[in-house]
Amino acid sequence: MLRLRRLRFRGGVHPEGHKQSTTDREIEPLPLPARLYLPVQQHIGAPAEPLVKPGDYVLKGQLLARSAGAVSAPVHASTSGTVVAIEPFTAPHPSGLPVRTVILEPDGEERWAERSYDSDAFAMTPEEIAARVGAAGIVGMGGAAFPAAVKLNLGSRNTVHTLVINGGECEPYLTCDDRLMQERPREIIDGVRIMMRALHAHTARIAIEDNKPYAIAAMTAAAAACPDVHVTAVPTRYPMGSEKQMIQALTGLEVPAGKLSADVGIVVHNVATAHAVRNALRRDQALISRIVTVGGGAVDTPRNLEVPLGTLVSDLLEACGLKEEPARLLAGGPMMGMVLPHAQVPVVKGTNGIIALTAKEINAGEVRPCIRCARCVAACPCGLMPLEMASRVRSGDIDGAVSYGLGDCISCGSCSYVCPSNIPLVQYFNFAKGALANQREEQRKTEETRRLAAERNARLEAAKQQKANQQRRRSEAAESTESG
Amino acid sequence: MAQTEVIGGPHVRAPSSVPRTMALVLLASSPAAGLGLYLFGWPALNLLMVTIAAALLSETLSLWLMGKPVRSSLFDGSALLTAWLLALTLPPWAPWWIGALGGAFAILIGKQVFGGIGQNLFNPAMLARVALLISFPLEMTTWAQPHPLFAADSPDFLTALSITFGTAPHIDGMTSATVLGYVKTGFTQGHTLSQSLTGHFAPTASLLGDTNGSLGETSALLVVLGGLVLLQQRIITWQIPLAMLAAIAALSGLFHWIDPERYGGVLFHLLSGGALLGAFFIATDPVTSPSSPRGQLLFGAGCGALTWVIRTWGGYPEGVAFAVLLMNAVTPLIDHYLRPRVYGRTRRGEPLRPPAPRNETSDE
Repeated sequence: MLRLRRLRFRGGVHPEGHKQSTTDREIEPLPLPARLYLPVQQHIGAPAEPLVKPGDYVLKGQLLARSAGAVSAPVHASTSGTVVAIEPFTAPHPSGLPVRTVILEPDGEERWAERSYDSDAFAMTPEEIAARVGAAGIVGMGGAAFPAAVKLNLGSRNTVHTLVINGGECEPYLTCDDRLMQERPREIIDGVRIMMRALHAHTARIAIEDNKPYAIAAMTAAAAACPDVHVTAVPTRYPMGSEKQMIQALTGLEVPAGKLSADVGIVVHNVATAHAVRNALRRDQALISRIVTVGGGAVDTPRNLEVPLGTLVSDLLEACGLKEEPARLLAGGPMMGMVLPHAQVPVVKGTNGIIALTAKEINAGEVRPCIRCARCVAACPCGLMPLEMASRVRSGDIDGAVSYGLGDCISCGSCSYVCPSNIPLVQYFNFAKGALANQREEQRKTEETRRLAAERNARLEAAKQQKANQQRRRSEAAESTESG
Repeated sequence: MAQTEVIGGPHVRAPSSVPRTMALVLLASSPAAGLGLYLFGWPALNLLMVTIAAALLSETLSLWLMGKPVRSSLFDGSALLTAWLLALTLPPWAPWWIGALGGAFAILIGKQVFGGIGQNLFNPAMLARVALLISFPLEMTTWAQPHPLFAADSPDFLTALSITFGTAPHIDGMTSATVLGYVKTGFTQGHTLSQSLTGHFAPTASLLGDTNGSLGETSALLVVLGGLVLLQQRIITWQIPLAMLAAIAALSGLFHWIDPERYGGVLFHLLSGGALLGAFFIATDPVTSPSSPRGQLLFGAGCGALTWVIRTWGGYPEGVAFAVLLMNAVTPLIDHYLRPRVYGRTRRGEPLRPPAPRNETSDE
């Protein structure tokens, strides 16, 4: 195992970990709930297209909705049972807006669809591996939910020398990756090696924050047999789990602005994604369950649960008990997680935690004017000046905010975390990014209209010209016949 | 479930707040202030109270006039801290109206006309101090010698009231110039530095604070101690104090080496006047100093260099307040040009060039 001291990214914060309550608890399976709610969009990209209809009996792992488009992911049945409806249902998103959802009533028999165990991942071509991962509906399980197959295909376009496996888990409260690494290190390493093959990568580096000694030990032992897979302890600092910051901490390399990490020869995947890849390739198992940390001060018994996708958050909270009414319910960690409108929303592929916070934990205070203390500048891992950006966003000067690096902001929230005036800086930036996207779209439309208009004018002009030419030629011809 | 409007993170926060920040600065400067109060007795306490009262009244008045919430702003501690820091830089036996005018000027002209907390371009306390110095040079350069509280020659409470409120006869034996003042006057009379310093500058006395000077800046040791607390609590960063003190030390060291009879040495400059208080408590004012680490280095160095230049060649014996104000004026410029380097970009903002592809053979 390598230790890392000097190579670090700048900025960052040290939020209190709150991991002690679940880091020692084994992953527990959650019994099947009465109903499963499977949204057809659980990933970044185009929604999947349902292939079943109400009344259909489906088997565990059976394809329910197929991927539609280059960036998309299919959805599979988490268990066997009957499709009772396909209708809009609230998605785990702050808006509380409904999304097309396949509602499944389990029959409790857990009858699997046919699976083939005979395929050897290392006999497959990289393209075949990526295709299998895509067919299994695997998305980035660290929370971003980007279709994993798309990232596995990068090896054919770029020279990828290193696969970085993100075991940072820098968000407070979350321990699902920590437990996975402690309990299933060999499966993860197997998945890592399969992914290395898909990417043509020579080296894999598994980065784990140094506050997870048991995970580091388990992974190091499991990786001992593979000389090209290295486990590295990285300093515990938020946002270590961010792809760019992790690459910098591990290799000292920076991803140039506007480029992908693959452009510097590195692809990053989460540990849970590696685990899912292994299940897909070795056991022909689609992504139909995941490990979720249920935590936060309002939870009676914080646990790590292995839950079928589509289980309602309320079922998870019931299993763990609530000490008090949570002041805020989150999907994901408290730094970048999303507020849930209520607990009647399903667990999806990217749900790594359900965190129920008390008012005391949120520590919300009065918003005061900025005193330019520059703690946000010191905390920003991207080298931005959040206070300057915020003052421009507030005055409606989006271009000014862009000139201060709005486009380079990763919305990690370090600035808001440290702000003594409680200014919701990230919210400003997210708002401005939305406005900017709209502005660009408008601009694109205007330009498109202008281009079409110009083309049309040119066409009309050309037709007119042609007509005039014809006329001239005709009269010239007439003249010549007259004179001739 | 209680639903809030918050949608984005973070949903947890560091245990910091504006009032807490102000309180910590107040706390960190209180040993030096406490010693000042002890050394200069009741008149100093009177002056401090008058300055604070004037500042708080002015703050209340302006908030009320502008229709802003009085309570939360008044109790954020910023006006209190401004008055406190101003008082620490005043002659401890100054008459009451110096404190009253200073406190009011700092808040009304130094802070609220710019739009209140966080909006001011200049350090309010220093602006007030300089305004007082220019308007009332006599009162602002009449320094009391230390008369420790409860010592035999210390003025009692009633005498103190008459000193502060201007009914006592001017007591000549109790006052004298500061070291910096002696040197300045000495030069005009053709004395060399060592002649001026004899009997007036003792490094140990400056370290401990047993010397005449402003209320809160006489003990170098306590001021530095407070500064270290601020650093440890991450209220301030090391760039400004270090750059400022380094610039003073470098310039004074160089010129003292060239002509020791004309230019004071490093210790003389660092331990006299407001150099240390300025470096740790004044120049580090977040509102009026640059935001980026490199900007703070430049700002601090500028404060230090200007302090030395004004002390050495300017018309006034002390230069910290002028230096800080002058650098405040260029803070927006520094913030504009000295930004941190953005991740993935060069200092000029262009995207970094991807590294050349590694010449490694494929594992196929």
